[in-house]
Amino acid sequence: MILYLLLFLNQTLNNNKMSELIEKLLEAVEFGKIDLKSPYPPQLRGMDGSQELTQKALETGINPQRILEEALIPAMGRVGKKFSENKIFVPQMLMSAKAMGASMIQLKPFFASGQMKSKGTFIIGTVKGDLHDIGKNLVAMMVEGGGWTIVDLGVDVGSERFIEALKNNPGAVVGLSALLTTTMVNMGDIVAGIRGFVPDTKILIGGAPVNADFCRSIGADFYAPDPQKAVEYLNKLAS
Amino acid sequence: MFGLAPHPVKTPRGLVIGGGQVYAELNFTLPMMSINSNTLNEVYGHYREIAEGALERAVHLNSKGVVLEFETLLEMTKTPDIGVEIVKIMNEICEKYYQKHGLASEIRLTPNDLREFERPAKQRTSAYLEPMMELFEKGMIEGGDLLSIESTGGKEVSDEALMMCDVKGMVFALAVLGVRDMQFLWKKIVALANNHGKIAAGDSACGFANTAMVLAEKKYIPRVFASLVRVISVVRSIVAMEEGAVGPDKDCGYEGPFLKAITGIPISMEGKTAACAHLSPIGNIASACCDLWSNESVQNIKLLSGMAPTAYMEQLEYDARLMNQALIAGTVPSRILQQLLVASDVYTDPQALILSPENVIRISKELVKGDSYVANAKNGALAALDIIEEALRSGKMKLSELETSYLPILRDELNSIPENESDFVEMMLPLIDQSKFIPSEYGL
Repeated sequence: MILYLLLFLNQTLNNNKMSELIEKLLEAVEFGKIDLKSPYPPQLRGMDGSQELTQKALETGINPQRILEEALIPAMGRVGKKFSENKIFVPQMLMSAKAMGASMIQLKPFFASGQMKSKGTFIIGTVKGDLHDIGKNLVAMMVEGGGWTIVDLGVDVGSERFIEALKNNPGAVVGLSALLTTTMVNMGDIVAGIRGFVPDTKILIGGAPVNADFCRSIGADFYAPDPQKAVEYLNKLAS
Repeated sequence: MFGLAPHPVKTPRGLVIGGGQVYAELNFTLPMMSINSNTLNEVYGHYREIAEGALERAVHLNSKGVVLEFETLLEMTKTPDIGVEIVKIMNEICEKYYQKHGLASEIRLTPNDLREFERPAKQRTSAYLEPMMELFEKGMIEGGDLLSIESTGGKEVSDEALMMCDVKGMVFALAVLGVRDMQFLWKKIVALANNHGKIAAGDSACGFANTAMVLAEKKYIPRVFASLVRVISVVRSIVAMEEGAVGPDKDCGYEGPFLKAITGIPISMEGKTAACAHLSPIGNIASACCDLWSNESVQNIKLLSGMAPTAYMEQLEYDARLMNQALIAGTVPSRILQQLLVASDVYTDPQALILSPENVIRISKELVKGDSYVANAKNGALAALDIIEEALRSGKMKLSELETSYLPILRDELNSIPENESDFVEMMLPLIDQSKFIPSEYGL
């Protein structure tokens, strides 16, 4: 009986410790605390960052999938919500993404071994002839924070490279970005090229000159007016 | 003052920019379409229609002169003959209206900077330099009388610095990399212009400071940071003048008022009439010292009144007409109009605040007093911070706590910058992802 009580007590303490670590990791990512040395954010100065907390969580025996689902993804969800509500700026969001990155480096082996699964793969690129990538990078970062694996093809990307990436990542969702009236037309060719290869590939588009009508006209699936809407759409696909 | 610059620029068809009146500068682009061998005639047709429509409207409105800015698109610079043909088409129309109606108009030729198509960019050794310079030369021969560019030296570093609100990164991108690239590029442009008797007009920090402004409008980055980026950009854009450019500086270079204050060149500005291209918090104040008044860019699409460039020609003309009427009426009326343009915006946003003439003068003094571009960028930005904080303390300007929380961070970061360029470079190189830029392409 005493042994059972001790075991129960130990288990409870361990569970509490695990929950506390998950909570601290969530907070570190939400507020962009990367590691112990990082001076940002001021309120967490001198405290462990996501790097140390992830290490401790794994050492304590917390399942890596739980780390992802109960700490990292909810933290980035909160960050995305605050950003949508204009309560933070991009730099704060990027610090959170960096904190998440510090954690993900330690979780990566578990993805490779199959112990962890991402929500899916998202291939993103700025279309041929266009070099504007600030918006694309923001979308990639927020989608990654939402638990997706990102394949970022960069800028000036034609249909061949999107198709090549799809060959390497079957079932991936594709995102196209453009900022110019003379490059948005290239989206149509890329969509047609992708449809010719895998007809049911989900394709979302974004960028200053495009809208929902244009999205429909080129046969893409979704127009994302901002990064958060892209995340919401992808999460619906994953659910 | 608008319409008056210490060193006006006289153009071949007789515009005297900065010589007592404000002219409209119309900028335009193609509607949604591809540019390829099958569509070239359609492309040329668009530019013909734009120039005809705009100049016809200018004649109807009794315009005293117009500048048409032709900013090339990728294909037009990559294959310079396309860009040159468009200059030729538009120049023939300009000449026709000059001969027939006496309407003076000039073409500002602005090739896009192709070098950033290589990542990391090869600022000095890129194969793209050749077609760019070829377009400059052949285009000026065909009628591109004013030469400009939105050069991109340092952009590979500034893009990330902008998103991280990293003021040290911005000083490095603009006051080190940008300055060095401007020196390299503008020597070439000025030499070409001098060879052909054309006007080396000026550069714009559009890809840096206007990107900051647009991001701030989207609430992606703080407005206080965007206003500092504007000031820091002055030290790179002024290099064009140091190399021999004489203005008018480019419309999307909102650093223009500082350049005018420091060098006396005439400037082009854009504000409320550029809402077709991007939103801004400086719609009226931007015109307070302009010599050309621009719309940034509008697609050649049909509106209820007519084609969009024609409609924007009319808007620009009416703005210019009002400023010119004030100038005719004398110093007091023009000052009153200028004060109203300033007062209507100045305390609504820190980016407007730093553009008020008195603050431009105050910041400009700091922008030239140092021994290095880095020192000047730092001093100018600190002066802008002082002005913003004074406006907040006086209660004249209000900003959210989210904005003001960045002020002490930005000040600390600026104060940590050494004024000597080599010390600063030594500090920054280990901090910057060097896979994204090639130091030797900047002579580092």
